Amino acid sequence: MNILKFFTAGSVDDGKSTLIGRLLYDTDSILADQLEALQSSNRKNDDGTIDLAILTDGLRAEREQGITIDVAYKYFQTDKRKFIIADTPGHIQYTRNMVTGASTANLAIILIDARNGVVEQTIRHSYIVSLLGIKHVVVAINKMDMVDYSAEVYNTIIDKYKVLAQQLNLADVNYIPVSALKGDNIVQNSDRMDWYSGESLLHFLEKVDTDNLDKSQLARMPVQWVIRPQTEALHDYRGYAGRVLSGTFKLNDKVTILPSGASSTIEKIEFFDLTPVAAHAGQSVTLHLKDDVDISRGDTIVNASALPQESKLIEADLCWMDTRALDTSIMYLIQHNSKVTKCKISEILHKVDINTLEKHQADEFKLNDIGRVIVKTADALAFDLYDDNRANGSAVLIDSRTNLTVGALMFRAAVE
Amino acid sequence: MSTYNFDYLDELEAEAIHILREVAGQFEKPALLFSGGKDSITLVRLAEKAFRPGKFPFPLVHIDTGHNFQETIDYRDKMIQRIGERLIVGSVQESIDQGKVVEQKGKNASRNALQTVTLLDTIAKYEFDACIGGARRDEEKARAKERIFSVRDEFGQWDPKRQRPELWNIYNGKIHKGENVRVFPISNWTELDVWNYIRREKIELPSIYFSHEREVITRNGQLMAASPFLNMDEEDFIFRKQVRFRTVGDMSCTAAVESEATLIDDIIDEISASKISERGARLDDKVSEAAMEDRKKGGYF
Ligand SMILES: Nc1nc2c(ncn2[C@@H]2O[C@H](COP(=O)(O)OP(=O)(O)OP(=O)(O)O)[C@@H](O)[C@H]2O)c(=O)[nH]1
Ligand SMILES: [Mg+2]
Repeated sequence: MNILKFFTAGSVDDGKSTLIGRLLYDTDSILADQLEALQSSNRKNDDGTIDLAILTDGLRAEREQGITIDVAYKYFQTDKRKFIIADTPGHIQYTRNMVTGASTANLAIILIDARNGVVEQTIRHSYIVSLLGIKHVVVAINKMDMVDYSAEVYNTIIDKYKVLAQQLNLADVNYIPVSALKGDNIVQNSDRMDWYSGESLLHFLEKVDTDNLDKSQLARMPVQWVIRPQTEALHDYRGYAGRVLSGTFKLNDKVTILPSGASSTIEKIEFFDLTPVAAHAGQSVTLHLKDDVDISRGDTIVNASALPQESKLIEADLCWMDTRALDTSIMYLIQHNSKVTKCKISEILHKVDINTLEKHQADEFKLNDIGRVIVKTADALAFDLYDDNRANGSAVLIDSRTNLTVGALMFRAAVE
Repeated sequence: MSTYNFDYLDELEAEAIHILREVAGQFEKPALLFSGGKDSITLVRLAEKAFRPGKFPFPLVHIDTGHNFQETIDYRDKMIQRIGERLIVGSVQESIDQGKVVEQKGKNASRNALQTVTLLDTIAKYEFDACIGGARRDEEKARAKERIFSVRDEFGQWDPKRQRPELWNIYNGKIHKGENVRVFPISNWTELDVWNYIRREKIELPSIYFSHEREVITRNGQLMAASPFLNMDEEDFIFRKQVRFRTVGDMSCTAAVESEATLIDDIIDEISASKISERGARLDDKVSEAAMEDRKKGGYF
């Protein structure tokens, strides 16, 4: 059994939390004591039925205001698959929390309120989905109960969205008309929309093929920790511990260590009491090399026949996530896997106007702004382009005055 | 492309090991909070997988309420022997004796809330900058909101409205002096995942997780182990029952469930069929809708 990670996005009150509550409720994933807590809660729908959104709106402030502020993670499984859901906030003020939930997902559910159609937040979130390279998108046209389950309303909206999807280069987009509140097309197919012949949301999620995710063949392992027991019995033991980001390392593979450029060969792969012949993407292992090379945390071991780019000047897309605006005159820290080095944003190439998706010149970068910049780093980074290998093509910016994570970077090119 | 078997337990395991190694790499003085429950026992196994044949780059810390099940303490001591790592014990009894906290009174008295003070004192005394814990997001709705690297201020407080963005698998552990980070490597595991992992790894557990006969009383509709730590009076009627514990905390706040499950397979069947959540057996969560959130804001795990 494998895991599908997905998240819900869309504008405030489009019904993201309700939809997740509905998915959990209709798959019988809510336990009796949690249900009891729901029933005794004083937040109810107008018709007195339980408000399913409070299943994920777990903070006091969220329940009081009836909005989602931060991501909630929920877990459920059917006999086909395990699911990890991130319910993200729709409010623009909390976009950084939406990005947090989206960054680890394989699939996005974008909700649209059938009464309102595509609005600014729909575009913003869809744009973020495209930047993050999330391959699968489900557009759920919600609140169909409020538009008399009209095929016409549905079609008008999806025609509009298709234009957007094309502009944003979203590859696999699927459309489903739903009512999260009433449960139409969430788990069961609805009999109130005979004109829709597709699957219910759950059936789609159970089937969607996520095999084409992060299939990069580039073997990369950032070293997180060097294991050196230094006991008598293990005097010369030196193991490089890390998680294989992408690709496969096999015994006797020729490898290069970056940034030093030293080369060696894989002598042994260890995983606790096992010594496998290969280490694959996603696995946390310990590598041993034939030669005594100097390696420490922050270095990357890569396959010698497919080297990453190395540069101190990188063109990247930036999502700004701090209330304090970007300051191009100061130094930030950049964290790229296990490597942290100083950096500056040396140039803002453009900013994107979310409403029109047009790029324009800018010298300011504020909370929730998205655009293209040039990052200048103190030490060279060994990276891949985000689209080739998302695990080695992303980084975060940290403001060393506050230690906050202030920016998300997706590498697009090395600057010559 | 070569195919390989990498199922969901492998994926969860690899993620947790990655997080543990990030703690080792990013912090000066980390610690692993060990409660004696199945989640922290799972963490110990994951730490073995992350750091062996080397030593753990952190000690284990147990906040001892003085109201633990004896079986938990026995298990702890035996385990420490086996793994050969350092154990630090923070004592709630000491905090009481020093007058830092006052024992609760009345029928529902528990030391659960008091342990926050002892925890914060222990963190301050040893200057821990990161504390690894076994909390999972599926346990409770406030936990469902917490980051994997969760920054606490000088007073141990969690501010749920100002959490740092946490993207991809990049964890920002930068903090100012006095602050510390709570780290949750098994955030994305469910209760059932933990049990399936324990079965797969053949991890030994304290005996109270399995069915046994014990003296109990009924309290607020739940079965509680009869013990000197429970304030009992004439109305409380002690009887014997075949029970087990689904989660292990303090004797005064952890309820037992009636169970015949003596093997791990039985337990997994039982949980799969259960209609009650694990936290349903914790009186400390029943106080109010935001009980966990409030305790976390105050420095609780
Ligand atoms: N009629 C109708 N109402 C719905 C439907 N889905 C959600 N709602 C209502 O819309 C309101 C907002 O729902 P939420 O689920 O909280 O919306 P959200 O998208 O999670 O909002 P944020 O997280 O704050 O962005 C609630 O009052 C819901 O009951 C639907 O399908 N039909
Ligand atoms: Mg919501």
